[in-house]
Amino acid sequence: MTNHWIDLKNSDAILIIGCNPAENHPISFKWIEEAMDKGAKLIVVDPRYTRSASKSDIYAQIRPGTDIAFLGGMINYALQNNLIHEEYVRDYTNATFLISEKFDFQDGLFCSFDDQEKTYDAKSWAYETGPDGKPKRDLSMKNPRSVLQLMKKHFSRYNVDMVCSITGTNKEDYIKVAQAFCATGRADKAGTLLYAMGITQSTHGTQNVRATAMLQMLLGNIGIAGGGVNALRGESNVQGSTDYGLLFHLLPGYLKSPEFDNVDLKAYIEKWTPVTKDSKSANWWGNTPKYITSLLKAWYGDNATAANDFCYSYLPKRMGSFSYSKIMEKMLKGDLEGLVCMGMNPAVGGPDSGNARVALSKLKWLVTVDLWETETSIFWKRPGVNPKDIQTEVFMLPAASSIEKEGSISNSGRWAQWRYKAVEPVGKSMSDLWIIDQFFKRVRNLYTKEKGAFPEPITKLAWNYGNGHEPDVHLVAKEINGYFTKDTTIVDKDKTLEFKKGDQVPMFKYLQADGSTVSGNWLYCASYTKDGNQMARRDQSDPTGLGMFPKWSWCWPVNRRVLYNRASVNMAGEPLNPKKVVIAWDALEKKWKGDVPDGPWPPMKDDKEGKYPFIMLPEGHGRLYALDLKDGPFPEHYEPMESPARNLLSKTQNSPVVKVPKNVSSNLSKFPFIGTTYRMTEHWQTGGMTRSVPWLVELVPDMFVEISESLAKQKGFQKGDKVKVTTERGSIEAVVLITSRLKPFNVEGKMIEQVGMPWHFGYAGTAKGDSANMLTPSVGCANTSIPEFKAFLCNIEKGGSKA
Amino acid sequence: MGMSRRQFLQGGALAAAGVALSGKPGEASADAPVTRIKGLKASTTICPFCAVGCGLLVHTKNGKVVNIEGDPQHPINQGALCSKGSSMYQIAVNDKRLQKVMYRAPGSDRFEEKSWDWALDKISMRMKETRDKTFKVNELNKKDNKEYVVNRTEGMAFFGGAGLDNEECYLWAKFARAMGVSQLEHQARL
Repeated sequence: MTNHWIDLKNSDAILIIGCNPAENHPISFKWIEEAMDKGAKLIVVDPRYTRSASKSDIYAQIRPGTDIAFLGGMINYALQNNLIHEEYVRDYTNATFLISEKFDFQDGLFCSFDDQEKTYDAKSWAYETGPDGKPKRDLSMKNPRSVLQLMKKHFSRYNVDMVCSITGTNKEDYIKVAQAFCATGRADKAGTLLYAMGITQSTHGTQNVRATAMLQMLLGNIGIAGGGVNALRGESNVQGSTDYGLLFHLLPGYLKSPEFDNVDLKAYIEKWTPVTKDSKSANWWGNTPKYITSLLKAWYGDNATAANDFCYSYLPKRMGSFSYSKIMEKMLKGDLEGLVCMGMNPAVGGPDSGNARVALSKLKWLVTVDLWETETSIFWKRPGVNPKDIQTEVFMLPAASSIEKEGSISNSGRWAQWRYKAVEPVGKSMSDLWIIDQFFKRVRNLYTKEKGAFPEPITKLAWNYGNGHEPDVHLVAKEINGYFTKDTTIVDKDKTLEFKKGDQVPMFKYLQADGSTVSGNWLYCASYTKDGNQMARRDQSDPTGLGMFPKWSWCWPVNRRVLYNRASVNMAGEPLNPKKVVIAWDALEKKWKGDVPDGPWPPMKDDKEGKYPFIMLPEGHGRLYALDLKDGPFPEHYEPMESPARNLLSKTQNSPVVKVPKNVSSNLSKFPFIGTTYRMTEHWQTGGMTRSVPWLVELVPDMFVEISESLAKQKGFQKGDKVKVTTERGSIEAVVLITSRLKPFNVEGKMIEQVGMPWHFGYAGTAKGDSANMLTPSVGCANTSIPEFKAFLCNIEKGGSKA
Repeated sequence: MGMSRRQFLQGGALAAAGVALSGKPGEASADAPVTRIKGLKASTTICPFCAVGCGLLVHTKNGKVVNIEGDPQHPINQGALCSKGSSMYQIAVNDKRLQKVMYRAPGSDRFEEKSWDWALDKISMRMKETRDKTFKVNELNKKDNKEYVVNRTEGMAFFGGAGLDNEECYLWAKFARAMGVSQLEHQARL
């Protein structure tokens, strides 16, 4: 989230698209309702009439997978009706930037598409630069090569009639949504946009997210109280686990994991440190050398020196993709020996679970670490298989629960909050911290005693977390924050700061590229300082009244509660909305008041020191036009891989850069209905944490599928009948729930029914049921590989027998 | 009646406080929070389910959890919880929780109990064997037909982390990369 949960109360219009907070983030509704009590409009766009929809002022039905059409239509509506926040768009986004003459768009394809490789050459989408090396701009935004004009042209095709014929939305509802939300495109109104997996789980998921961000930038809604692009994250610490780089392409703090051609630290830094010729751009990633060096110092300690490239050569280098789906493909081929799952359940949680379960049986060894038995830990005795046929060795380790250990987790609003140990772990279960520590120490022991492949990355790893039974979590947290490795003097403007060896680094602007600082994750630098553990703070003061609670826990970066808050003021540093002041420049004291600003520099109009607000981009301006995505600079509507409709906007049916796997089918005579998956309040994710909790099992004991009254009538189903749902991947059985909350979609005049289902069930635990992911396709987003769980084609029949 | 849910709840809280203050024994005051948690140790925690980050209070007596409820001082949830958060007690006290290290031999139809020491020794051996056997020092890039040093363990993948603490995630990332594991992925990719 750019903003945070309590900030929802500051909104005038709340657009919920691709998430269902009333059910999946129930307590967030406390703050949505508070906004509504003050007159805010709640808008819900969803294929189903959800519990969130039942609270809304305006509900609009949308066919799964057509979000770009819906949001593109809103972008067009704002542009055509002049509802954009013009000052904000001109000063803070790249709307004024001119694009190279090469850029072109024809019939669903951007220029420079390689039909053989199915890739674009993104260089042809570049900005046009002037002799000073800076992108050329036209502040009037009238130049036909300006981003604003190109955008107008691109989205002019997304008129209301076209959009509604794609999305199946009732035209009156659509116009109500567009009017209500675009009414926030002025300084005194704030609109917030909430999304989750309904947006990301798509072959064009990244462009879906971009469309939300573009709409919010056009309306001037980013950086302000009650605004933002807010991804509602689903697991208690999925924000933290992402921040800590548990993804193939990342290291902690969103540093990139090295690629094969980053042959040494110098080459790595050259590749991943963006440069700008514009002195008004903060270009924050220009600090990459400091952050990667401090990370290497945290990992290799005194062994890491300037002379040996800070042990950079010890890091593995990637070539190609190692995304979840790629790893599962490799496992299915038998090319993987071992897998360790720390609280993850691929037998239920990933797409095409049937193949995932077969893939597990190709492993030589599997380690699972969980609170309960999961479908993954007992895959070898799942229904329908003979354990004798499965040669995988399985170690099932019992993990301590969250109240049986100490540490921090980061919520969706980026607040890192400290948890305490209330009791000892049950039975012989152990904390994950202890388990990881044991893995490492025992492997290191083996590599110290015996020969082996390239042992140095292991034997030279710095691992100094005390001599207790388990690592001292405070020592880990202190290393993450970082400390000085020698006495250091830093001159910061008019101040001279003296630090002793071992002092905690106060904040990331003091991290160094010469090895004099350690920081395991630069983003969390300032979380554990000489003043102690900032994440454990419980001060309930709220000086601005906006709900920022600056001394409650700690949030990254540097306790900034609203990201990009320099965009909440005009170029002179005066709040665009004086009634909801996030930050304001005090010209007398020459400093910012309010939230921690996005950098200490004076307002943008200060010619010498002022900076642009979008500090993470080298051009400093929010990107209405993107430069580095695999599927184009503007979002464009394509149908999901399995779809009942043809693409009405162009001849390009699906995302041109996504390869279609074999077991995908849009054969409507076999699979006439749209299938979609979702979550509910009473269960959680793959059900491992809830399907053995008696109170929750009592609330929702069975796997079910939901269909409309019209489909029930057509099929002759009664409530509670056993039904079979089938896709090209497999079949499941479930209890049918007939509800008026689901309605068919209008697809070119034909009514296409939907079948909705939760994905929380499996064959382990107290409450068992078939897994929805047996049905879902393993095909993912062009940029992130996140699978298209939300839109597929299926059939539904009476009777429980599986295929 | 023009009363919001919030005003209704505030009214309810005041009414309940009135009963408690009156000091008369009765059904309402029997469950007054002060009486219910008297003599118990309390510590704070954050809910392990979704990422709203609601605060909870864990009440213990003699090292056992006796009650878990919403933390009224927490600014986000102000004491409120959803059905999952309210069930936190049954995560702490639950006879289906794994309590032992279990091992399933290749081709076996059952788990058998093992000690931590035995299992961790075996696991570390497996990790080393796989790393040694599948370690890739060089890889050919087909685009320029050149060999590059990649230092990767090809035969092993690590999954998970969204349910771990930040400090655990950090050590997990550090350990994985030291092991040469590029195939490190978790729930954020799904």
